[in-house]
Amino acid sequence: MSDVVLKVENLSRYFRVGGFRSRGQLHALDEVSFEVASGEIVALVGESGSGKSTIARVLAGLYRPSQGSIVFEDETISKQSSRAVRGRMPMVFQDPFGSINPVLRVGHNLLRTLKLHRPDVAKSARHGEAVALVERVGLSPGVDVLRRYPHELSGGQRQRLGFAQALASNPSLILADEPVSMLDVSIRVGLLNVMKGLRDREGVSLLYITHDLASARYVANRMIVLYAGRIAEEGLTEEVINAPQHPYTQLLMATAPDPRLPLAEIEGEKDLGEPPKVIDPGPGCRFAPRCPLVMDVCWANTPPMVQVSLTHRAACFAVKAP
Amino acid sequence: MSEPILQVRDLKVDYMTASGPAQAVNGVSLDLAQGEFLAIVGESGCGKSTLLFAIAQLLTYPASIVGGSVIFKGVDLTSLTPEELRRHRWRDISVVMQSAMNALNPTLTIGAQLADACRAHTDWSDKKITQRSAEVLAMVSIDVVHLKSYPFQLSGGMRQRAMIAMALLLEPKLVIMDEPTSALDVVAQRSLMRQVETLRHELGFSVLFVTHDMSVVSHFSDRLAVMYAGEVVELDTTREVFDRPQHPYSQGLMDAFPSLLGEPRALTGIAGTPPTLVNPPAGCLFAPRCSFAMDVCRTTKPELITKGTRAVRCHLVNPLKSA
Repeated sequence: MSDVVLKVENLSRYFRVGGFRSRGQLHALDEVSFEVASGEIVALVGESGSGKSTIARVLAGLYRPSQGSIVFEDETISKQSSRAVRGRMPMVFQDPFGSINPVLRVGHNLLRTLKLHRPDVAKSARHGEAVALVERVGLSPGVDVLRRYPHELSGGQRQRLGFAQALASNPSLILADEPVSMLDVSIRVGLLNVMKGLRDREGVSLLYITHDLASARYVANRMIVLYAGRIAEEGLTEEVINAPQHPYTQLLMATAPDPRLPLAEIEGEKDLGEPPKVIDPGPGCRFAPRCPLVMDVCWANTPPMVQVSLTHRAACFAVKAP
Repeated sequence: MSEPILQVRDLKVDYMTASGPAQAVNGVSLDLAQGEFLAIVGESGCGKSTLLFAIAQLLTYPASIVGGSVIFKGVDLTSLTPEELRRHRWRDISVVMQSAMNALNPTLTIGAQLADACRAHTDWSDKKITQRSAEVLAMVSIDVVHLKSYPFQLSGGMRQRAMIAMALLLEPKLVIMDEPTSALDVVAQRSLMRQVETLRHELGFSVLFVTHDMSVVSHFSDRLAVMYAGEVVELDTTREVFDRPQHPYSQGLMDAFPSLLGEPRALTGIAGTPPTLVNPPAGCLFAPRCSFAMDVCRTTKPELITKGTRAVRCHLVNPLKSA
């Protein structure tokens, strides 16, 4: 495929845990491979501790990968990645209150990004470009918004501003780490629509990191379900939602609250547990302790990816290739 | 219906701000029956947490109750002295805070924190305290060994359940919960809600539950109150509100959830932001964001009018007689 924007191969990231003599390694991410094509939204879905934010942080250059490679627009990302590369892959953060400098006007950051990352925009044109940017994410009138201080904006407006700031460097991929989880339900949809608009109108790709399956379905073309640092399932959104293969995806589907339906019954439900911290793991499926379908082989071997269709795969011994 | 255990009447809370008092809670009235689960939903800043804190008498400056009453089993809590209130706290009314991470003391074991609450409110012996602590932990499916654990040794869901165990120590009649699930993943969220449901049926306490995500309570609460800008705009049995929302704001909220079912479809959410609560505009507070707003909405404030089980504050549902 020629229009691949981002190609991640065998990416792992470990953290040393325990005291300073400890050799314990927390496997936050283990041999994760995926691609993002141009003009698509890929959702990375998982619970806390699944490694979804670690992926974003490695991609953004905040952590170095322990293993594996990242190829972004045919360029291998290394630890000395240039500012230009990072500019083409900006990040939108979760907390709209912590991610914007409160003492500077809204326009300041935008103009600065334009100055640093957009040599093609002349100094005299920057203000006009900044106005256009905030209006592209639905903040208007732009001239007025740029003059305000962050505290004068609501959470939803700030998050839109986060996207405007990401757009300022004319990116091909935006990393959005839980951009709506701290917003009220009533304004989340507005932000999700902004993300869709960026894809449809501007051809920007997005990596949408979330724990919310329903919102992932709403915006994403493809979906990657992570569990304890590994990919559990990957496929076109509707494939994953309509025919989830991995028992973990099925659990997520069953527990997602939907007011339109009666409460889903889960067999033998008591405490459904939480994802493990993976410290110095041996082989074996990491979902086995919570899995209703667990077999002997799951404890001994790491499940391979099974291709369910051309676009759909799952890492589970219980899944049979067609 | 039996005598309500809690009656909130025309409760008003103001925050003092530099530009004047902000009416965070403006004339809220609610009844809660024994054993009932009432959920209060609304977006941030709508006053839902302030309402809970006002009911539990936990407000501190710059917030204060400026009107109305909170009658718990015939006693008006707003008129009690701190010492009198202390006798009701934990025994009759307990509170589960939003973030167990911050509400639990990180330097003390779970057991020590449970014991602390018991010593403050009872004259139990150490033996009795340990026994009761083990009992309540077992109730929320936490192994008794965790009495000796520190909060960081528990997962997020277990910490939140430990908070609930703590709230249940003295068998209160009313448990007030302020977004206890917001820091949890969906799987843990569901476990917690089921646990609350089971315990409520076993022990018969009432629950007042605040959340911004109404899908969390959709299967667990008996009645649902939708708050907007410090006022209740709709109140009915949970199922009714979900199936037939009447206030445009509730309708907007219902339409703001992406679904996992059916054909994918575009959603709109609710445009705009809530009004300022310092000198709020005349008329209906939701009118500026409402796609059905009429002239009367901008001039005359709608009353909360009850018909049957349903109360709605909207001119569309309850047209003015003169109009």
